[in-house]
Amino acid sequence: MAEAAIELIGIDKSFGTVRANRDINLVIERGTIRGIVGENGAGKSTLMSILYGFYQADSGEIKVGGKPVSIKTPNDAIALGIGMVHQHFMLVQNFTVIENIILGAEDEALLKRSIANARSELERLEREYGLEVDPDAVIEELPVGLQQRVEILKALYRGAEILILDEPTGVLTPAEADHLFRILKQLKDQGKTIVLITHKLREIMAITDTVSVMRQGTVVATRETAKTTVEELAELMVGRRVLLRVEKGEAKPGEVKLAVDNLTVRDSRGVTMVDDVSFDVRGGEIVGIAGVAGNGQSELIEAISGIRKAVSGTVLLDGKPIEVTGQADPGELRDRGLAHVPEDRHYVGLVLAFEENENSILGYHDKTEYLKGPFLDIDAIRADAKQKIEKFDIRPANDRLKTANFSGGNQQKIVLARELEQNPGVLVVGQPTRGVDVGAIEFIHKQLIAMRDRGKAVLLVSVELDEIRSLSDRILVMFDGRIVGERGPDATEGELGLLMAGVERQEAAE
Amino acid sequence: MEFVDALINILNSTIRVSVPLLLACLAGLYSERAGVFDIGLEGKMLAGAFAAGAAAAVFGSAWIGLIMAVFVSVGLALVHGFASITHRGNQIVSGVAINFIAAGSTIILGQAWFQQGGRTPSLPAEDRFGAIVLPFADALRDVPIIGQLYSGLLSGHTLLAYLAFLAVPFTWWVLFRTRFGLRLRAVGENPAAVDTAGISVSWLRYRAVICTGVLTGLAGCYMALSQNAGFVKDMTAGRGYIALAALIFAKWKPVPAMFACLLFGFLDALSIRLQGRPLAVFEWLPVVVAVLVLAGLMTIARWKPLRSIIAAVLVGIAAAWLVSVFYGGLTAAFQNSVLGAPIRVPVQLMQALPYILTVILLAGFIGKAIPPRAGGVPYVKER
Repeated sequence: MAEAAIELIGIDKSFGTVRANRDINLVIERGTIRGIVGENGAGKSTLMSILYGFYQADSGEIKVGGKPVSIKTPNDAIALGIGMVHQHFMLVQNFTVIENIILGAEDEALLKRSIANARSELERLEREYGLEVDPDAVIEELPVGLQQRVEILKALYRGAEILILDEPTGVLTPAEADHLFRILKQLKDQGKTIVLITHKLREIMAITDTVSVMRQGTVVATRETAKTTVEELAELMVGRRVLLRVEKGEAKPGEVKLAVDNLTVRDSRGVTMVDDVSFDVRGGEIVGIAGVAGNGQSELIEAISGIRKAVSGTVLLDGKPIEVTGQADPGELRDRGLAHVPEDRHYVGLVLAFEENENSILGYHDKTEYLKGPFLDIDAIRADAKQKIEKFDIRPANDRLKTANFSGGNQQKIVLARELEQNPGVLVVGQPTRGVDVGAIEFIHKQLIAMRDRGKAVLLVSVELDEIRSLSDRILVMFDGRIVGERGPDATEGELGLLMAGVERQEAAE
Repeated sequence: MEFVDALINILNSTIRVSVPLLLACLAGLYSERAGVFDIGLEGKMLAGAFAAGAAAAVFGSAWIGLIMAVFVSVGLALVHGFASITHRGNQIVSGVAINFIAAGSTIILGQAWFQQGGRTPSLPAEDRFGAIVLPFADALRDVPIIGQLYSGLLSGHTLLAYLAFLAVPFTWWVLFRTRFGLRLRAVGENPAAVDTAGISVSWLRYRAVICTGVLTGLAGCYMALSQNAGFVKDMTAGRGYIALAALIFAKWKPVPAMFACLLFGFLDALSIRLQGRPLAVFEWLPVVVAVLVLAGLMTIARWKPLRSIIAAVLVGIAAAWLVSVFYGGLTAAFQNSVLGAPIRVPVQLMQALPYILTVILLAGFIGKAIPPRAGGVPYVKER
């Protein structure tokens, strides 16, 4: 076995009464890729923050390269050759690439020479690792994949030997993720040590050498990747058996519930994002829209659910038109039985500063069952919230807790519980499991299937191809604002991938 | 030429009234670029002016006045920093509090120390900053245009005025060519990026706030020891807020900040010059009509080229109006008509002119001003 790059011995860390990490022992060998998996709140990020000097462990010891070290600030970590690529990029959006790279690592008080040095160093890194990026490009104009590359370059520029990546593929397209993995393999071949934190098990299987599973603040297992399976890891993470692919019966499509005709939508910059799109969704079926993020799916469901004005086209809900080109009223649509689970639950779906019970009726708060005269009936609302908490297993089971204090998966359950419990005829749902744990994904998928089996129409938008394939009865692929193909649920990943990349656009158009 | 003289005269007073605006505007630039909004520029200027006036009167030295102005102003800036950086308080509340403290305490202390109704004793010329005459200014006075501009416009200002205008390229250089500037801009955009790069967010923001304090101190000192002969209560009269408006107008950039301050200074100088002078109807009418019509159009026009055209028309009308007012060529033509009838305009309206135009400019012209992204938000390390 190779020598250890990092050793963590008996790490403990508590926040108040919550023990985020307990007695963590972990040895990461030099020149390997180590995966760390676990559900949200399992303590992965806390552990890495301790390693990067954001927090200090309450007790325990860290050794880097065999020597005991004390890491009090990110500076200490950087000096020890530890670099971190954060989930939310730590980049200054209106700075150039090179400005971001030298920030905090400038050679002297004046910038001129620092920039010149960084420029030649960047050229070297580009040669060695194939990390190409225009040093004078402004960050906010770069696609996320390149922004992430800048983060990696930042760490390498500071001489990182150990690179920690926190959920690196959450924002990437499949192609960008593949490219990232090639880069990581190359870094490994050059002797760097890589720690990959993720909850996507497929990535773990694809790229890591060994994998450690965390649950409730402890490391419950470490396995050689080649000798384990996705099923085993999922079970270790959740603590029980998990169905990775939801079982479902044959769809029984009924009446057309939602009919979209020649819909065209532009975004705020005036760019056409949805270009003359038509399709139907019937009761009793799930129609999945696959596509790389940014190909118009978001604008499509926003227009259908009345929060974005369309330029032209019609949408019929139960045969009656929705005013998509005028002042559509999301509240009225809700009354007509169209529920919407938005893609961005923080921005559109929830008021994070509200208590859970308030969010669980938001948008339905003028229904008579929640009112006592002109006032809210707090007792009824709380009773209703408690019911939803129980049914959807929302944790912690406290309806008075501020919504911001729930984990991502539980926040998503709050939104789903609110929309599904109103028993809508049509459900428009965007990225239902983004940032959600394996265990909760299974639950959410089951709920969506159950909706379908009750004869409801479900329009599902997701960038997770697995999700689309496992749930949908019909799959529509969007590329560049158009629907470029329709496939059955048995379509292969490769087939869909080509459509998503726009390769088969010509044939599909015929 | 009478017109050139009049023009140089008004441009000269433009520079004079622009100086405190410019210093305060650059002061705000340091703070806000670092992500600390500072509505307390006004209060710091006022306290600085008082400190300058009081110290100069007591010690008989403009330099001690200058030092005290900076000292007091930096002190208040640190209070703002302590509240909004260390204790993550609301920056607006803290800034407003500083304005109130300054407005109240200067009058109370002034009355207690000098018994002159809240003002400091009038200073003799030697205790103030005197005008600096640039080399050859007297010799060139009679050379048409160039000489007039040099000796009438560029020469004859005080040390702080030259300092203020030198501070513009200096600030640009600091922001865009030094490590401190890079970090300062970064911390105003994304403090988490600065933190993860191993730089202290607090210390960086404190340094920015101290720069603000120094510059507002200079601004106050200029008002008390250059523009006037001592401190008068409420002498800043909203210049701190105008400076903030100029900062937004300039989109937080040093060189545009200078032009914005000169523009506001020009309006101010114009209002002073036109005060009490009865203007004929023809001198007023086009401006009133044009401003109303164009302001209306500006709010309707979403199309960028149209906005530029409207802006150009507005500038053209303003220029034509200026010529007519100063040159007086039209006076004779309209002498006997209704349009030539002089109207005495209330002084208050003239004084309000720069503010009215500020509102119109800010509402219509600048388009989308994107403030530093982390501005106004205290930095809390996330888990």
